[in-house]
Amino acid sequence: MNPRNALTEPWLLNPLPHFGELDPAGYADLGLKSGLEVHQQLLTQRKLFCRCPAGRYSLEHQAEVLRHMRPTLSEMGEYDGTALMEFKTRKDIVYLLNNETVCTYEMDDAPPFEIDDLALDRSIAIARLLGCNIVSEVHITRKQYLDGSIPTGFQRTAIVGTDGAIPYRGRSIRIRQISLEEDSCREVADRGHLRTYRTDRLGMPLIETVTDPDMRTPFEVMEVGQIIRWLARVSGLVRTGPGAARQDVNVSVTGGTRIEIKGVPSLRDIPRLVHNEGLRQTSLVAIQRELQRRGVREQDLPERFVDVTTFVRSTEFQNVRRAVEKGATVLAVPLPGFENLPGAPTQPRTTFLKEFSDRIRVIACIDELPNLACSTQDAPTFSGGEWDRITKACGVEGSVPVLVVWGRQRDAETAAREIVLRARDAVQGVPSETRQALDDGTNGFERILPGADRMYPDTDLPPIPLEDARLDRIFAALPERPWERREGLERQGVGADLADRLSRHPAYDLFQALVGECGDGLSATGLASLLLDRSCPRPASLKVAGDWWRATIRRLAAGEIVAEGIYLAEGDPPAVERESAARRRFAAALATVPEGPREGRRGEDFVMGHVMPGLRGRIAGRTVRTWVKEALA
Amino acid sequence: MSDANDFPGYRSPALDVLEQQKAPVWSQATLHTSRGDFSGLILPRSETADAAHIVLKLDTGYNIGVRADTVRRITVHGRKVAHYKIPEKAFPYDPVKPRVKLIGTGGTIASRLDYRTGAVIPAFSPGELYGSVPELADVCNLETEKLYGVFSENMGPEQWMGTARAIAAEIEKGVAGIVVGHGTDTMHHTAAALTFMLQELPVPVVMVGSQRSSDRPSSDAAINLINAARTAATSDIAEVMVCMFGPTSDQYGLLHRGTRVRKMHSSYRSTFRTISDIPLARVDSEGVKPFRGDYNRRRDVKQVALKACFDDRVAIVYYYPNMKPDIIDSLIDHGYRGIIIAGTGLGHVNKPLYPALERARTAGAHVYMTVQTLWGYVQMYVYETGREIMELGVIPAANMMPEVAYVKLGWALGQSQDHDEVKRLMLTPVNGEITEREPHNGYLVMQGGIPEVDAFISEHWK
Repeated sequence: MNPRNALTEPWLLNPLPHFGELDPAGYADLGLKSGLEVHQQLLTQRKLFCRCPAGRYSLEHQAEVLRHMRPTLSEMGEYDGTALMEFKTRKDIVYLLNNETVCTYEMDDAPPFEIDDLALDRSIAIARLLGCNIVSEVHITRKQYLDGSIPTGFQRTAIVGTDGAIPYRGRSIRIRQISLEEDSCREVADRGHLRTYRTDRLGMPLIETVTDPDMRTPFEVMEVGQIIRWLARVSGLVRTGPGAARQDVNVSVTGGTRIEIKGVPSLRDIPRLVHNEGLRQTSLVAIQRELQRRGVREQDLPERFVDVTTFVRSTEFQNVRRAVEKGATVLAVPLPGFENLPGAPTQPRTTFLKEFSDRIRVIACIDELPNLACSTQDAPTFSGGEWDRITKACGVEGSVPVLVVWGRQRDAETAAREIVLRARDAVQGVPSETRQALDDGTNGFERILPGADRMYPDTDLPPIPLEDARLDRIFAALPERPWERREGLERQGVGADLADRLSRHPAYDLFQALVGECGDGLSATGLASLLLDRSCPRPASLKVAGDWWRATIRRLAAGEIVAEGIYLAEGDPPAVERESAARRRFAAALATVPEGPREGRRGEDFVMGHVMPGLRGRIAGRTVRTWVKEALA
Repeated sequence: MSDANDFPGYRSPALDVLEQQKAPVWSQATLHTSRGDFSGLILPRSETADAAHIVLKLDTGYNIGVRADTVRRITVHGRKVAHYKIPEKAFPYDPVKPRVKLIGTGGTIASRLDYRTGAVIPAFSPGELYGSVPELADVCNLETEKLYGVFSENMGPEQWMGTARAIAAEIEKGVAGIVVGHGTDTMHHTAAALTFMLQELPVPVVMVGSQRSSDRPSSDAAINLINAARTAATSDIAEVMVCMFGPTSDQYGLLHRGTRVRKMHSSYRSTFRTISDIPLARVDSEGVKPFRGDYNRRRDVKQVALKACFDDRVAIVYYYPNMKPDIIDSLIDHGYRGIIIAGTGLGHVNKPLYPALERARTAGAHVYMTVQTLWGYVQMYVYETGREIMELGVIPAANMMPEVAYVKLGWALGQSQDHDEVKRLMLTPVNGEITEREPHNGYLVMQGGIPEVDAFISEHWK
């Protein structure tokens, strides 16, 4: 083997570190940096720019519309890279319309109505809670999305605040901006050149909170996400439930670039995704260094592909054979200088080859897998003889990887070009992309990362000035931030863990209403613990059961009832009995205890287990245990 | 003192702050304000926006407004001027492809933002068009001429006549077809005017526009333009037509006869409809497929009968219950020579108008009756009212649409003031503005909500 082609990068020679194997210092070595874009639906009756109802989902539709998207120039006179990429995919986009949830606005057959004022007020409130500066005039901007997820081809979005911060573990996480925007369609299917969307969610008001890349480990990203989501949730200004919040995670490593992992539904998925993306970028940077060492340049990779259909007409490689029988064209693309690289691991169970496969799937719309074969791949594809002919037709040595794609002529050609483009990207390192989160914690290519060039002022709506009076009214009604609540609770004597939980729990208001009732019989921590206990049949809500709780807590503080009684009783907890009556009840219960151990701790527990069910809620558990001890002594 | 051009669109007080802080437009700057610091690129301000705010483009591409009276200080870090240019590529010439001339009157095919007005400026040269709609080169060899740059509401007799003359000149030069780019609001007025002014056409004249401006990814402009160019280059239909979306989906365009077409929705893509008849043809990437055979065929000649004339002392009166005679009187008092009434039902107005109509006749005005139902014929014999109105000299204009009758009356009066001659011109159809019969499917306004109609729509009319 040519020594030039041997792998020398240590990262490529060793197995990738597993999730959980790296400590903060390990991530620091990678130069991991991560930021978040948290999207939350605002709680409003109507959509943002029309009068359709918000939050009504349905799987039925009465009509369909077919559209295509074309790239347009940005305000600064540039075409956006993502837009051009989407145009290459030549997708038919079909929207499913439900009469109840969509009007002519969502289907892009009518201009926008004026912005929903409640949504704007609520977005300003949240921006303020995050410590942002509020703009004096809101400019509606069009953010291009050519994937079809919005029928206009752009999302109407507007900045309401910039440069905020939230406290996190003794430091500060910077909030870059908060925007108010319309939600997109729900994707139903994306096969070949056809993509289908449901439009019920389209146009619902959404806030996007963008942090700076201030997080340094995968777990920090999750925790900061939790803080941002809790903040908006305690405010009561956003929707909750499945799909009401989604986040995009931005990740980069030393030598890498900002990669956006889109639409991560659950915060719990974030750490593994961030870890794996850190590995992928580190691998791509190592591959880049390997290529640099070999002297491979972009101009060494011309847009060149060879039609090898005739060589593989009767191949045993069934995927290709079936495709060719249906008229597919088979094209081969040699990648000189990429020796030993296609099999390099980038993520768990994933190699560098998937970078090519993903581009082909998304851009050439060849989505039946496998959608490419590699001459140096250790997998059953073409026979040795077939590979020899293919390699020879490409005019390269046998050690040079040759990638083969198949599909309709135009798609196969798009695929071949994408292979060359992706290979050239490898010379540059990590291409700027948005990637989709996969179920196994890895991620796949979604599209080229859009830049600022996709922004365009919305000429359909005038700017909205925010008068001081409006801001004053919103600021005056702001709820406390969770971290302020937590500090307050600790000052009130609640233990740290309970204070943290209660600060973002709906029972917080009830706690504050009742804490004045605490006395010798009940501490603030005791009250917090009681309200957070899920086994109580009454909801811990000031609105729903405030009076009942007040009366009950008063009795508890006065020693009239025991805490356990609150969990048990459907109605009011039973009053604590006088000692003589309680003793009689205990004696009766004791008499029914069957044969069994009576010695030591085991005997004590055995007897407790039998007498307690009849006494619970009437006599405090610790009193019963004292009596059991006395009885056994 | 700075040059005013350093601050396009800004007026006092925002202008004062920018001047005082030496922060012209295109400055990369940080604005220190009482609401916090904001950093970005200072953009021009739309002239129709208020004078109190400064527009800032943040690094993320978003724009915000900063109220000038909150600004304490501006720090300028640099400068970045936007160079907005639609990519221009030489339009390829193919000797076997037909020659098509695109005449621009306004509207947008490709466009860019005009910072001063906040509106969009059309791109128009063949190179610019090829840069944005390269598919055009598959269809024809395109030449362009920008005749006017007006919104369609500002089109009028002068532009109609100018456009007709320009088209006639191109036909004499031997083009295979003409495309007229036009704003959509009054496209049907211009289509009617061109039909009357350009008779015996040897080639297609195709009017086209867009309902979603071409600065939007979902714009219908490119597809409409490609369809129009294909029609002009290859169609056998030598008439003035409107080529716009059939359904709201990106499926096919319809070719409507210039005298029977009307814009029927303020914003839908599929806004243009043929009224009281069926369209001429559909057009898509497969070509032009006629729905009917009674159209004027393409001929290999280079002449056209140009009749560019117009008397603009004509008005449409849209009748409503309780209309007072002074409406008609004031037109006559102001020297109007022709009145098109859009009457109720089969062509009626109320009795109090009778003296005014009598006065109009005495003054020598030409008064024609059309129907505000848009579909159907005027029939003034059915009810006594109709007969009385005809007695007052009002002439029924069959199934000519009110706007078409308006254009035609102005055109006829441009040629003669003689009542009989004007009547002859008005009631002799040039090309379908009056038809002898209305097919049953010439009136199809389907009613949504009816299950079988909704089923048809979800299945076929996407």
